[in-house]
Amino acid sequence: MKLLTHIGQYTLMIHKTFGKFTKWSVLKNLILREIDDLIIGSLGIVAFISFFVGGVVAIQTAINTDNPLLPGYLVGFATRQSIILEFAPTFISIIMAGKAGSFITSSLGTMRVTEQIDALEVMGVNAYNYLIFPKIIALTLFPFLITFSMFLGILGGYIACITGGFSSHADFIEGLQLDFKPFHIVYAFIKTFLFAMLLATIPAYHGYFMKGGALEVGKASTISFVWTSVAIIIANTIVTNLLLT
Amino acid sequence: MIQVKNLFKSFEDTQVLKGISATFEKGKTNLIIGKSGSGKTVFLKCILGIFEADQGDIIFERTPLSSMNLETRALLRQEIGMVFQGSALFDSMTVEENIMFPMKMFTNAPHEEIRDRANIVIDRVNLINANEKLPSEISGGMKKRVAIARAIVMNPKYLFCDEPNSGLDPKTAILIDNLVQEITQEYKITTVINTHDMNSVMEIGEKIVFLEDGLKQWEGNNQEIFKTDNEAITKFVYSSEMFKKIRKIYIEESE
Ligand SMILES: Nc1ncnc2c1ncn2[C@@H]1O[C@H](COP(=O)(O)OP(=O)(O)OP(=O)(O)O)[C@@H](O)[C@H]1O
Ligand SMILES: [Mg+2]
Repeated sequence: MKLLTHIGQYTLMIHKTFGKFTKWSVLKNLILREIDDLIIGSLGIVAFISFFVGGVVAIQTAINTDNPLLPGYLVGFATRQSIILEFAPTFISIIMAGKAGSFITSSLGTMRVTEQIDALEVMGVNAYNYLIFPKIIALTLFPFLITFSMFLGILGGYIACITGGFSSHADFIEGLQLDFKPFHIVYAFIKTFLFAMLLATIPAYHGYFMKGGALEVGKASTISFVWTSVAIIIANTIVTNLLLT
Repeated sequence: MIQVKNLFKSFEDTQVLKGISATFEKGKTNLIIGKSGSGKTVFLKCILGIFEADQGDIIFERTPLSSMNLETRALLRQEIGMVFQGSALFDSMTVEENIMFPMKMFTNAPHEEIRDRANIVIDRVNLINANEKLPSEISGGMKKRVAIARAIVMNPKYLFCDEPNSGLDPKTAILIDNLVQEITQEYKITTVINTHDMNSVMEIGEKIVFLEDGLKQWEGNNQEIFKTDNEAITKFVYSSEMFKKIRKIYIEESE
């Protein structure tokens, strides 16, 4: 019953976000700032995680397929598949639910408890559009972040394999190119785009409708992280079932 | 002028406003007083339309809020200035940007003109050397001044202040009260102020509405409040021995 109320309120929020629009001259700057905060600001952590986890994925694959009968290109192939299909889109999205998501919830939550959202409303500003829409637009660039993550993940895998002597340059590259299905990239991007929308709106919901004081802002961020992750995992399962099987 | 008619508001199971009617006059500082939790903020937010009242109506000049569609409401909002209990400044913007914000949003005036207008109100509220500062870098009293400046930058017809001097020292509090009163008279604004500060009541109580238990228990001005026999109000206002003595002296003197 409570879940239904939340879903109703969430839907209404999305509806109002696309209601009366803020002046473009103002909106433009808001969007640029959100891109800076949410996308550019996440490049560092995404690069770091992708590169090293990519390396670990490759090493693990190499160690676990240490059988002379298995072809040499397997490491490159398995690394590519796991990074493109799962690691970059899903794992990075969960990381982002922690990073960008809690940022969104805490900044909106703070605005709510300090009456800044009320102040916007009193002035006649559509606070939904003013605050949430720029975040949604900024996160439409999320697939670029994921492309970046895929690239660095595979690069990390390659460097780990070559420097650790788990695979040769030629084998790894052969594996990367083997049986390449462009649809897998499409699948990854559809997923990513969907996750991006969840990443923008679920934390926004938890911040925007927050009640209480400063203490609750922290709690709301935690709850928002949990729900965003759950939603991403569920969406992942559904999309994978629909598109890959 | 604002007329409130029979306003009801409840949250889940608590009835906060139980049918309040009141009139707020133009060019005057209208005070709403009552103890903490008596529903002053809720009452103000209902008048503003931030909360939807369960029952009752609010009439701005001659137009009832209930008869306004979303568009006219949005236009009405642009004639309203509001000073929130905690100032509610946008903390990602500088003082000057905060004050320019309403104009940026709702006028097509060039940047220079907006800045000039902002600086007029900045001078009006005596904010000195604060234009480039962030809200986190200024004192509580200055925040209130910024909030007042932001509220009056669009030349509002109506000004609402939720405890404009809470958390300030008595001297600054009176300065802020006087500032609001001067602005009200100067621009003929209908000003409604929430307060539980007795200094404000005495200083600027041109019209006072006393709320208790979700009802209006008394109405009058700062002269009448001395003389009234209404038990609810005397209990609230003269809660300290000091004030009781002052009241006695005042009545004796005026006889
Ligand atoms: N959004 C809300 N949801 C539920 N209850 C609320 C809400 N806002 C206020 N209340 C309740 O309404 C009552 C009146 O609150 P209000 O904030 O109007 O008091 P106040 O007179 O402004 O007090 P103060 O002088 O401390 O600011 C309180 O009991 C409060 O718990
Ligand atoms: Mg209050």
